[in-house]
Amino acid sequence: MFLGHAITIQQLFGQLLIGLINGSFYALLSLGLAVIFGMLNIVNFAHGALYMMGAFCAYFLLHEFGLNYWWALIVAPLMVGAFGALLERTLLARLRGLDPLYGLLLTFGLALVVQGLFQNFFGASGLPYAIPPQLSGARNLGFMFLPNYRAWVIGFSASICFATWFAIEKTRLGAYLRAATENPTIARAFGLNVPRMITLTYGFGVALAALAGVLAAPINQVRPGMGADIIAVVFAVVVIGGMGSILGSIITGFALGVVEGLTKVFYPEASNTVVFVIMAVVLLIRPAGLFGKVA
Amino acid sequence: MSVPSTVAPVAAPSRETRQFAVAFVVLLAAVAAAPFVAYPFFVMEALCFALFACAFNLLIGYVGLLSFGHAMFLGSASYVCAHAAKVWGLDPALAILAGVACSTVLGVVVGALSIRSQGIYFAMITVAFAQMVYFLCVEAPFTHGEDGIQGVPQGRAFGLLDLSQPALLYVFVAAIFLFGFLTVYRAVNSPFGEILKAIRENEPRAISLGYRVQRYKLAAFALSAALAGLAGATKAIVVQNASLTDVAFPMSGEVVLMTLLGGMGTLYGPVVGAIVVVSMQNYLAQYGQWVTVIQGAVFVACVLAFRRGIVGEIANALKWTSL
Repeated sequence: MFLGHAITIQQLFGQLLIGLINGSFYALLSLGLAVIFGMLNIVNFAHGALYMMGAFCAYFLLHEFGLNYWWALIVAPLMVGAFGALLERTLLARLRGLDPLYGLLLTFGLALVVQGLFQNFFGASGLPYAIPPQLSGARNLGFMFLPNYRAWVIGFSASICFATWFAIEKTRLGAYLRAATENPTIARAFGLNVPRMITLTYGFGVALAALAGVLAAPINQVRPGMGADIIAVVFAVVVIGGMGSILGSIITGFALGVVEGLTKVFYPEASNTVVFVIMAVVLLIRPAGLFGKVA
Repeated sequence: MSVPSTVAPVAAPSRETRQFAVAFVVLLAAVAAAPFVAYPFFVMEALCFALFACAFNLLIGYVGLLSFGHAMFLGSASYVCAHAAKVWGLDPALAILAGVACSTVLGVVVGALSIRSQGIYFAMITVAFAQMVYFLCVEAPFTHGEDGIQGVPQGRAFGLLDLSQPALLYVFVAAIFLFGFLTVYRAVNSPFGEILKAIRENEPRAISLGYRVQRYKLAAFALSAALAGLAGATKAIVVQNASLTDVAFPMSGEVVLMTLLGGMGTLYGPVVGAIVVVSMQNYLAQYGQWVTVIQGAVFVACVLAFRRGIVGEIANALKWTSL
């Protein structure tokens, strides 16, 4: 029934690839949201704006300071992460003990400020960011051409996601983190500096968003609106995966990117809405999300 | 609290009722005087947004549900009303009703799916559904995509009132606003409203008392969606167009700002907040994106230092409880 004749194998794999790329961004962003949510119990509405800041950071590092893509990959997340930690210390920390909805409202306000400032100075149009020379070109896999940069984005973000999961679930630091999430009071009684952990966790989640921004810069143009465009989908991804599940947010992110890509092949009209339809179905069947624990 | 007497043939108005009455007279006077002070079309638009904010406040203020996607109700009703008035040639009153019907149905569907979640989950789910409605509006042929529906005829309401006359249009819009405002007042100050507040304060206890809280939440959500739709549909008649702005995400954020700034959970707060925000946009329009920056800063300031909002602070200072 689906226009069976028009789909070539190249098209199918091409969209699958785009789906995996978008899925990498969804996974990195929803992972950051999940990490922040676990520790601070707030939804970071500024996540999209910070993702955009990551991309702009890469752009400035290249054009103002001559630092190339590989430097940006390290420096941009550090800078934006430090900015996030500062926001947490100076603003978010004041909301502790209040309804978590206030955290959502505050980060939404911050997102507006950041996005408005960038739009003031850079307009709505996009700035180009070249693919690093080491990763330009493509290789022929027989059934399709695989651009090197795209392969790198998928591989690199999957590794970062896995490393984050490993660090949180399998290391001593992660155990501290989980302890502080589970019961901050007792964790403090055992001598953990919980407020500092909260600040660093927020900074880390923000750094993941900035990293996604750097990875996205050569693929999508660097635009002030790029964060606002992606945040609703990322929220849907988090709702589908279930909050608080690290692995769940990674798997859901990649999987939904692929589903979106496949929808573009088979029923392009629905490609923008398919994630939300899936969310509605998941909410009907499993209100806590696919990987979430039922409260 | 005194025990209410069982026989009260002529109940003396309580202090709350008197306070509300005083404030309502002020509101009536303001609505009557406004078109002589400010540009009438601006006032009419502000009244539509005020009604929109009142509808939103019904959820956040009295049920404790933060909807971050209320633009879907405003925008969809606005499109349906504009389409009904322009293409089907319906009477403007009927076109508005069609818009309200659309947003109510949407409210029931979205509400049924989202009220099972609470707090931030609820907020995120409403964001996502609103984005879905936005994409549907971008792609549906009858909305005309980026162009929107232009040149909506104002027509004759009930076949009589010629709404292309600004004075009549103003009376029509003011009547709709007051109707919506009093609907919220009535809903909040009714047994239904008491149960909503009980759910906000302590949902498990409301459940243990035997209330089917999901039904109450759904009813509140649908009522809020209907009133938001009423605001959107009326706005389509006033400004004679329906566009993607009304259904896009920034609009959902703006109504949150209006309510937060005016005072969540106060009856008059959303009205005051809407007027402040709309005026701010109007007078700062020349500064472009600085409006967004200022709105964000106001958000941050409200959350950090000013959580009661304008009307909440005034009510607190006067020790009035029912503003």
